[in-house]
Amino acid sequence: MSDTIMAYRRDNGRVGVRNHVIILPVDDISNAACESVANNIKGTMAIPHAYGRLQFGEDLDVHFRTIIGTGANPNVAAVVVIGIEPDWTQRIVDGIAETGKPVFGISIEQKGDLETVRQASWKAKEFVHYASELQREECKMNELWISTKCGESDTTTGLGSCPTVGNMYDKLIPQGVTGFFGETSEITGAEHICKERAADKETGERWYAMWKAYQDDVIFAHQTDDLSDSQPTKGNILGGLTTIEEKALGNLEKIGRECKYIDILEPAEAPAKGNGLYFMDSSSAAAECVTLMAAGGAVVHTFPTGQGNVVGNPIVPVIKITANPRTVRTMGEHVDVDVTGILTREKTIDEAGDDLIEMIKRTANGRNTAAEALGHREFSMTKLYRSA
Amino acid sequence: MSNIPQLLVHDHEDNVGVVVVEGLVAGTEMLCVVTHDNSSFNLKAENDVPIGHKIALKDISEGDTAIKYGEDIGKFVGAVKKGHHVHTHNLKTKRW
Repeated sequence: MSDTIMAYRRDNGRVGVRNHVIILPVDDISNAACESVANNIKGTMAIPHAYGRLQFGEDLDVHFRTIIGTGANPNVAAVVVIGIEPDWTQRIVDGIAETGKPVFGISIEQKGDLETVRQASWKAKEFVHYASELQREECKMNELWISTKCGESDTTTGLGSCPTVGNMYDKLIPQGVTGFFGETSEITGAEHICKERAADKETGERWYAMWKAYQDDVIFAHQTDDLSDSQPTKGNILGGLTTIEEKALGNLEKIGRECKYIDILEPAEAPAKGNGLYFMDSSSAAAECVTLMAAGGAVVHTFPTGQGNVVGNPIVPVIKITANPRTVRTMGEHVDVDVTGILTREKTIDEAGDDLIEMIKRTANGRNTAAEALGHREFSMTKLYRSA
Repeated sequence: MSNIPQLLVHDHEDNVGVVVVEGLVAGTEMLCVVTHDNSSFNLKAENDVPIGHKIALKDISEGDTAIKYGEDIGKFVGAVKKGHHVHTHNLKTKRW
């Protein structure tokens, strides 16, 4: 396998595989202006979302990290930021500007939507001209940051698609790729294994404390039943998964046999300890998790599915992998990598891992994923608690 | 086609396996493969079981622990005969 890809090298040295110009709202009430700008200027994309007002404390920190991280992601060439007020708008502009990429911020108060859209559209047009002249250049495969999270899992994910991702990580992490996994609630039942997969004892203890805090502060504090309507989901149960323990053991197949995680990230936090595998404290809901990992800097996402989750992301290509032949038959338009041969014993996990690496490379070189072709741009903010 | 398994088992310690073909009907003499080492055995399916759902590999008593991946995946809340369907009607989480 050739270890080079054709990708975009950004000013901060990071490698991106897409070249988006995004119109990014600070808050929910700025969505309309962002969508107007994206409608005016072709080649831009608005990323509307539901929050950003009256948040505080750790919840506000997650919000800022998510918005800044989205703008800072190397798959993004340039950003127009629109918020209702100047202060928080500027805070986001400053955060994104640290990457060196072009970013313009504007606030709506004392201008109104129409004047804001006029000024922002002129800037967005300038950014489209800039971005459309950037060229892909030869980069190393191991400069990619690759995330994973599975969805609509069933028993075939633990047998086929999750071990395929694990095999990919076992091969690419030692070569210098940076990897992300997470889904805190969905490790329940496999936490004793996950704790042991830390690179050292101290990191494992920190991971366990984080997982335990989630159990105590979120699940046990708010549960009204045994979560049998939520985790496993109804889709998981239709697919044959019975308990959270069973689901967790399948989920953890995504980190393979050998990789060790070197650090634990807060939601939407960027890795800072060099190449390697990272655990991100994150929801197991597909769009929330992929959004957080993209904000953390992942540029390609690998997504095993059993029953057929259709999620995508506005800025990060999401590669779907399935081993379930019924899902390939009934919703094949969502599948990028078919590993059903693992179930029929016609394909080994090792061969499936190579197939996935090849698809990551093609995706990095520019192939649109099924989710991109189908227009899936789910962007879901993680909310830790109610706003003020 | 005859060497394509109907049931996959992760580990030799497991007491449940996963149906990996569509339309499995009761009475099928299944080819079962243990993915850990590709060893195989035969087992008769006693129920119609959908793809992805589990089948007991041995007679199981209420209160027994279900083992898959060689690990604890919950407790049986009813007895299950070898070859029968295992799911939410007879297996529950030990968490939450």
